[in-house]
Amino acid sequence: MFTFQDVVYKDILKLNKLTINKRQITCLVGESGTGKSTLLKLMNNMISSTSGTIFYNETPVEELDPVEIRRDISMLSQSPVLFGETVKDNLEAGLIFADKPLADEEKLIETMNYFYLHKNLEENAETLSGGEQQRLALSRMILLDSSVFLLDEPTSALDEDLEHKVMERFIDHARKHEKTVVFVTHSKTIAKAFADNIVDITPFSIKGSVKRER
Amino acid sequence: MNDNIIDLTLWQLLSAYVFIILLLIIVKLRKIPRNKEILISTLRMTFQLLIVGYILMYLFDNPHPLLTTAVVLIMVTFAIWNIYKRVRMDLNKKMKKIIAISMAAGTLSSLIYFNFVVIQFSPWYEPRYFIPIAGMIIGNSMTGITLGVQTLMENMKDQRSRVEAALMLGATPKEATRKMVNQAFDSAILPTINSMVGTGIVFLPGMMTGQILAGVNPVTAIEYQIAILLGVAGAVALTVILFVQNGYKVFFNERKQLEGGE
Repeated sequence: MFTFQDVVYKDILKLNKLTINKRQITCLVGESGTGKSTLLKLMNNMISSTSGTIFYNETPVEELDPVEIRRDISMLSQSPVLFGETVKDNLEAGLIFADKPLADEEKLIETMNYFYLHKNLEENAETLSGGEQQRLALSRMILLDSSVFLLDEPTSALDEDLEHKVMERFIDHARKHEKTVVFVTHSKTIAKAFADNIVDITPFSIKGSVKRER
Repeated sequence: MNDNIIDLTLWQLLSAYVFIILLLIIVKLRKIPRNKEILISTLRMTFQLLIVGYILMYLFDNPHPLLTTAVVLIMVTFAIWNIYKRVRMDLNKKMKKIIAISMAAGTLSSLIYFNFVVIQFSPWYEPRYFIPIAGMIIGNSMTGITLGVQTLMENMKDQRSRVEAALMLGATPKEATRKMVNQAFDSAILPTINSMVGTGIVFLPGMMTGQILAGVNPVTAIEYQIAILLGVAGAVALTVILFVQNGYKVFFNERKQLEGGE
């Protein structure tokens, strides 16, 4: 589904060859600062590579419309962001951004509950804790029903137990609906438990390899 | 005009500077280090107005379409330059260009409508009308757009992660920045709207005060003041909307990515 060919991004990443398969759960691991987030951003064209080509379904990403790619390949940023005031505003924000039809309230509540988040739709989202905001952001993204989900440490603010439960739900959903998932995590347990493929970024990291040579 | 308007003698005018001397004594006693600024501002005000007075006198005595046009263009140019200086952030070339185009297009089109449709004086280049009206429209638009630029740039800096998160979910740059763009527009036109609320009760606008002092019937002065306030509101709105509608694009490249991203 994704093929990286001789891709270089500034002085951060250098990938001669990397393939990410369709309908699989791929996990990116590696020390912090090795360029895991950078790799995700390259995949939905949030950034463009300095050289080389990234193919998405055999078409170079740079030949596709950037907004259309991001509507097909949704990405969740590392720290959760709030859009609008209420929980409802926040759940609907993604659909509005992606220009997709809005979901009814029942569906919104159902999605939120799916991630063990039981809040009133009219509640002010700013009162939610960091972990609750992460699950809110996760619900917002899953509502988009895109083909690919890119997640940058989606559960970093959750305790170990809840982290496992939330990821389990997310991966279940992805498998059931034949989604492609690429996620970054610090947790080896999570990576082992849910990923079909684990990709260690360290060998592709320019800074990382410098560190190793020393 | 009224014949019994009092022309101030030199001594009368000089006696007004007592107010500044009073101000200087106060800051001196309070040990506030502002003497220099007060002196410079007073001197600049005096000389700038003296020079403008003589220029206007010359223009009024020798009305010419080219002269009027040149003066208005100089005013717009100076206003644009002033905006660049007043915004406390680095502006790149693209941003400067958008500011200049918005300012020129917004103020000049408002000015043309105001002069040819609302006031309808002739000849069209009559400096007695054209120049003061242009001054008010350009000056207020300058203040408005400065606030707009400032707010937009600050918002884009503070809320960069929010814009980025919206793009990641498939938002167009326009949609991702909608809130920030609206805030910038709002903060830019708010002072103009507020000034309309207070007018007449809290303060008498300068233009009207000047006309009344010069002996014009207060009702005529008010008619002009209403027209000019509406014209200013329109010009500010037009200038600022032109700016914000194009200004947000500076933060994105042709691949709809945030500039300076990683």
